[in-house]
Formats: sequence, structure tokens, C-alpha cells
Amino acid sequence: MLKGRHLIEPNDFTIKELDEIFTLAEDIIKKPDAYSDICRGKLLATLFYEPSTRTKFSFEAAMLRLGGNVIGFSEAKSTSVAKGESIADTIRTIGCYADIAVMRHPKEGAPKLASKYSNIPVINAGDGGHQHPTQTLTDLLTIKLIKKSISNHTIGLCGDLKFGRTVHSLVKALSRYQNIKFVFISPSELKIPQYIKDELKGHEYYETSSLEDVIDKLDILYMTRVQRERFISEEEYLRLKDSYILTLEKLKNAKKDMIIMHPLPRVNEIAMEVDSDERAVYFKQARFGMFVRMALIIKLLGVEIYA
Amino acid sequence: MLNIDAIKKGIVIDHIKAGCGYKIFKELGLHKADYTVALIKNVPSNKLGKKDLIKIENEIDLDLTILGLIDPDITINIIENEKIKEKIKLSLPKTVKGILKCKNPRCVTTIEKIEDVEFTLVDEKTKEYKCEYCDAKTSL
Ligand SMILES: [Zn+2]
Repeated sequence: MLKGRHLIEPNDFTIKELDEIFTLAEDIIKKPDAYSDICRGKLLATLFYEPSTRTKFSFEAAMLRLGGNVIGFSEAKSTSVAKGESIADTIRTIGCYADIAVMRHPKEGAPKLASKYSNIPVINAGDGGHQHPTQTLTDLLTIKLIKKSISNHTIGLCGDLKFGRTVHSLVKALSRYQNIKFVFISPSELKIPQYIKDELKGHEYYETSSLEDVIDKLDILYMTRVQRERFISEEEYLRLKDSYILTLEKLKNAKKDMIIMHPLPRVNEIAMEVDSDERAVYFKQARFGMFVRMALIIKLLGVEIYA
Repeated sequence: MLNIDAIKKGIVIDHIKAGCGYKIFKELGLHKADYTVALIKNVPSNKLGKKDLIKIENEIDLDLTILGLIDPDITINIIENEKIKEKIKLSLPKTVKGILKCKNPRCVTTIEKIEDVEFTLVDEKTKEYKCEYCDAKTSL
């Protein structure tokens, strides 16, 4: 039962529980009208201590499409938090008004702290560089819907694998499934950390700095941003940034049914010309993100599904 | 050799790594004690070459967690009638509450008052503990 539970990190839920969410999300995609009123009278609070318009919109759209309502703030400055209110007190107060809360916070572990004091479900919508579980749910649903199963794939993860929170969570989540082969593609400065590799639980993995060398092997290519501020020198950045720009030319050798994913926003790591390629699924992925959040809200609220 | 009287009833903390005695002395609050305590440094030892030793002439509740965290190799002798009644071997605690501080500057514990943050042992060799909130590793 997911009713009343919190989602702080992807592994808070069992594979079976994740599957329930994905199955429900799939059903919502098939017949969205049947769910358009299911959360009537329910209230979602979005507690965004730092701005993240995209994630906030995704949650708000999800709740509104279920017929529920939304309250919240998008930065701490304008709230009682600025007067020094503790997270514990904030969530206890919000729990008096709302039925479910989504929290984004620059400090790592803040949503977990909130969940300890909350009488309503808390969803972590990103805590610093730590976790962003609904992004991981989005990624898993995308793979499941387009590639038919989450197991049995070779996935290439490309870009900043050192600091990339979405990559770390996705790798950790995927390592719970069967027969996944990981290909880590990054400049040597931004390699995947050892502790992530330690958690691969026997899955095969391969590290390289060349996307071209491995692109023909991949079923899934997960692109991420290489941020300028991650580099010590500007020259290093300039030398490396172009080597990870995905173009139609580089896609020539890729499998016809490979899918290209990206957590968005993109800067320049995927050329615009790639957008019209059938394999580019990153905008679909964003849409799936809203549906998976709809399914998550329904499950955590435990509302009756009469669809 | 310096003569330290045997104690009748109390605790002897033995096999402290030479030089670490004072840290433990302070950590246990013994510098504020109003009963007889002795910190003896650089005692010749067969096992360690040199060791520190603390004698406490009083029944006190020792925080074994904190002692284990500082040095799991020290031995605690409970003394009654000038004899060792009980020997306690310490071990590295699996979880620690309220002693360690998270060293991750981005951790929520750096901005919120949380009394009993729990740390879980993740590496016996390096004595590293994981913060329950941010998962960052920290050691004493
Ligand atoms: Zn921490």
C-alpha cells in the first residue's frame, strides 16, 4: 500500500510498488478523461524553497489534471521560512491545510526531515545534489513505455557523470532490474564516482570518453549537460564540450530503435536537428513525467480509482 | 616508576593508544569530576609499546558508544574490591546518535537544529559513517 507514504528517494519503493505506479500512469495516458476528476477536493502544497519552474509546473499540472487544487510558494524569501521557521513547523502547519506536499530544497535531506514530522505524504522534488526521485520515476516510465520493459537493455549515460544527480539515481534504480548493461561516457574529469559503480550489483559496465565508439551498441542513450562551472579551466571546457554534442552525423551508426533521453533543460548537448529524429524522446519524456506524477499523487493519497 | 594506588571500586580504562588519553578524559567530562580520577600517560605496555590509562574511583555510567567510536581497541575494566569484576571489549558502533556532526556543507543538519542525527557505519576500516539525511560520509 502506498497510501500515506513518502517518496524521498527512488528506492523507498519496492519494484512491485514502482510497477503499480507505472501501470496506473499507463492507464492515465490511455484514458486521461477517466481521471480528470478523481482528486476533486484534494489539495497539493508545493513547497519550493528554491525556484524550479519546470518541476513545479509538472506537479501542478498533474494535480490540476486530476481535478485537485494547488497552493504553495516558489522561493523561501516571501514566506515565514524567511523569519526562521523550522522545516518541522512548516510541514506540520501545511499538514493542517493540504492533503499532500511536494518539497524542493537546496539543502540535502530537507524533505526527509520534513517527512519525519509530516502527517501528510511528502514527495521530494529535489534536494540539492542529492535526490530527485520523480525524475527517476519519469526516466523508468519512459524506458518502460517506449522500450516495452525496463530490463534487458544496454544504456549509455553521457556527459557529466560525476555531479549528475539524475544519472546517479537512474543508475541506482536500474541496477535493481535484470540484465542491464551500463556504458558510462564522460570526459575523464567527470567520470562516474566509484561508490556508484560499487552499487551496480554485478551488472556489466564499460567506461569510455568517446560517444562515437559505443553509440552503435546502445539501446538507450541518456544525455546530460556538461556545465561550464564544473571545469577548472575555460580551455578544458571548450575542448571537451563539443565532443559531447549529439548530432545527426553521430547518430548515423546508432541502432534504428535506440532512444535518446534527456532530463531537460538542454543547453547545447543535443543539436536542434536531432529533435525531429524519431529516436529523440526527451519531450515525450517530459510529458510522461507529468503522468507519472499524477499516478504517484493518486497512490499516495489513496483515492478511490473508479475509472 | 610512578606509583598509582590501586582503586577499590571504579573503572580502569586500559589500552588507550598513547597520546589519546587526554581526548578521552575530556570527552567523558572527567576534567570536571569531583571524585578521584587519574590520567596516566605513556605507561609501558607489552601490547602497544606505550599506552595511556585512566583510573576512575567512582561508579559512573560510561558512554560506551563514544568510547568505541574514538577507539574500539581500548578495554574497560570494572573494579570491585580492588579486583577486576568485569572486562568490557569495545567495538565500533554500528549506529551513532548525537555525537558526530555531518561535514557536508549542503546538508540540512547545518541549517536546522536537529538533536539526534543518526549516522550509520559504512566502512569499518576508515571508520566512516553515513548521515541519515544527506547520505554523505563523515568520520570523527
Ligand atoms: Zn548530512
